[in-house]
Amino acid sequence: MAAAALLRRVPAARAPATALMAARAISGSTAPLTIETSVPFTSHIVDPPSRDVTTTPAEILTFFHDMSVMRRMEIAADSLYKAKLIRGFCHLYDGQEAVAVGMEAAITRSDSIITAYRDHCTYLARGGDLVSAFAELMGRQAGCSRGKGGSMHFYKKDANFYGGHGIVGAQVPLGCGLAFAQKYRKEESATFALYGDGAANQGQLFEALNISALWKLPAILVCENNHYGMGTAEWRAAKSPAYYKRGDYVPGLKVDGMDVLAVKQACKFAKEHAIANGPIVLEMDTYRYHGHSMSDPGSTYRTRDEISGVRQERDPIERVRKLILAHDLATPAELKDMEKEIRKEVDDAIAKAKESPIPDTSELFTNVYVKGFGVESFGADRKELRATLP
Amino acid sequence: MAAASSLHVAAPVATPRVGSSAGNRSASAARVVRVAAAGSGAARAGGRLVARAAVAAKENSPARAASKSDGHEVLLFEALREALIEEMKVDPTVCVFGEDVGHYGGSYKVTKGLAEMFGDLRVLDTPIAENSFTGMGVGAAMKGLRPVIEGMNMGFLLLAYNQISNNCGMLHYTSGGQFKIPVVIRGPGGVGRQLGAEHSQRLESYFQSIPGLQMVACSTPYNAKGLMKAAIRSENPVVLFEHVLLYNLKEKIPDEEYVLCLEEAEMVRPGEHVTILTYSRMRYHVMQAAKTLVNKGYDPEVIDIRSLKPFDLHTIGNSIKKTHRVLIVEECMRTGGIGASLRSAIIDNFWDYLDAPIMCLSSQDVPTPYAAPLEDATVVQPAQIVAAVEQICR
Repeated sequence: MAAAALLRRVPAARAPATALMAARAISGSTAPLTIETSVPFTSHIVDPPSRDVTTTPAEILTFFHDMSVMRRMEIAADSLYKAKLIRGFCHLYDGQEAVAVGMEAAITRSDSIITAYRDHCTYLARGGDLVSAFAELMGRQAGCSRGKGGSMHFYKKDANFYGGHGIVGAQVPLGCGLAFAQKYRKEESATFALYGDGAANQGQLFEALNISALWKLPAILVCENNHYGMGTAEWRAAKSPAYYKRGDYVPGLKVDGMDVLAVKQACKFAKEHAIANGPIVLEMDTYRYHGHSMSDPGSTYRTRDEISGVRQERDPIERVRKLILAHDLATPAELKDMEKEIRKEVDDAIAKAKESPIPDTSELFTNVYVKGFGVESFGADRKELRATLP
Repeated sequence: MAAASSLHVAAPVATPRVGSSAGNRSASAARVVRVAAAGSGAARAGGRLVARAAVAAKENSPARAASKSDGHEVLLFEALREALIEEMKVDPTVCVFGEDVGHYGGSYKVTKGLAEMFGDLRVLDTPIAENSFTGMGVGAAMKGLRPVIEGMNMGFLLLAYNQISNNCGMLHYTSGGQFKIPVVIRGPGGVGRQLGAEHSQRLESYFQSIPGLQMVACSTPYNAKGLMKAAIRSENPVVLFEHVLLYNLKEKIPDEEYVLCLEEAEMVRPGEHVTILTYSRMRYHVMQAAKTLVNKGYDPEVIDIRSLKPFDLHTIGNSIKKTHRVLIVEECMRTGGIGASLRSAIIDNFWDYLDAPIMCLSSQDVPTPYAAPLEDATVVQPAQIVAAVEQICR
């Protein structure tokens, strides 16, 4: 991946890190590198892609950088939540970063992504910035949904990121609708509709899959299997936890979701397949360190040993760090510096987001309709809040 | 994508009995919505003077805006189909989702012939999966298409309630205005002829609380075509309520293109003594009762509210200021129905003008029974309307 691509994904705010990396001849390299995925792919009624993934040193460093930003953001969100600056529901993605980053590496911005409520990192991967993410979490005007959506409603239309949905499973038919629109307009692009192992048992998924298969829509259903649907382990919720097989007549692929290169390979394969042949199911075997949300400690239904075990054996960022050091793409000190930069960047973004004001009361009535009709809306007292729907 | 015209403005043009000047405007430029510029009330007052004599003579008259030509006779389902065809011809992003809408031609023939005209990619036969195909329609709308989603019977859309409420109604708001959902959700509802409880649903009361949704009910071929076109062109999600028993109504409609205002009520019969607010099939029961009432010496003003969300409080208010008495006749259930909301809205806004308590006649709060006499007793009959008017005007 060219330096230009690096710059595309690294906005101006991160310029110092870029400059740091550009200074080193080796790690900014775009010379191809072939790396084997941790485990081979398991497939259902389709030939799996090869275990050998072509990448470049620059791309691997981008993976490390992007995943570290996401990790830092989620940890910071944890603190903000405990400080009561973020309220309501807050579902954190730390541990699952490889899925968002690997997917983005395999596709373009004309492909669409839709996911559920664990969407902060997917938003970042699609080009969202930290300030608008934190501002939205804190309910400020500078938020990506103007403070009116919250944690579960991040969207970025210009990057074809369709959110951000609170009702489990409801985003999958929406995703198939996006795929339908892509086919209708003859775009050579695909839609990735993400859902969790809990949502995999929703009927509307199978309905949508049936329709997508019938109409040969370029829909890729991605099950981010972190093995727990809130507090219920997958074996207690699904008679068949082989989610990649549950498409039945639809092909499926099981992927190590903690291996960013495997994710990239699988998504690339899936996109080509979906555009040519119709829907395909991807199961990402991944893990979340936090509980389901900030209201869930995450330790009542799983042991701390399990959590720390995964962190030690399979952490996506550590895996990439080992890869970088093994191939001598950067020194440990340089990586540490990058992480420090990222930490500062995240802290700066939080500070900036805190400066953003709370939405004006008149915002209560904006965007209810695209264009209103002069209907008057008012609050209970009829005096304070009075607005003509614009 | 074809430019969507702005419909969300106050004064209508192509509604019945407007003066000939409006008719001239309606003959011009094809796609421009012939609706005057917004204004909360002034524009309406100016363009809406109606000669009472001309109207009082024909109570059930489907009189049109002065049309240049004779017009052509259609059945209501054909009017809906005409609207669909016209919009699909002009705007390639309009597509139809529904069960048996394509090859079968639609269970009420609204989409008959469309699949042959526009192909399988624009008129899509879905499996019986309301939840997901409604969701898919919303997703397609997020990406710029304009799906018309049909529920074979409105009642089946209850299966898609989550998609309609949370996604369709709310995505524009929760995304901070990034996405618009210009879908039309339509289908027949209402109490039919012994169709049984599950096929006699009236969902207007269920959907009315959903923020972000607009609801209209058509009742004549003329307003069916106009409202369908307006709904398709609207940037907001619109639920268009049709009625199972009204599909074969015959009426002459203009040959020229016309689009009605979604938020406007229709003056069916001006009067002086009492304002009767109704919609959909009950309009016909009201007009039947009006015949009897006129013979008894009453002069009811009948308004078909058409817009169930939001209410056209302007037209309704003007009427109340004149008559000071209100009777609401609706087909949905009493509890939490459209009448209940309308009553509240009238009390909030026009309390000082009322000389009598607002009466509301609704269907009984029971599942619709199969046996014919029982079914008839479930809905409001003309005799009850006559009795109610007599009571109000005492």
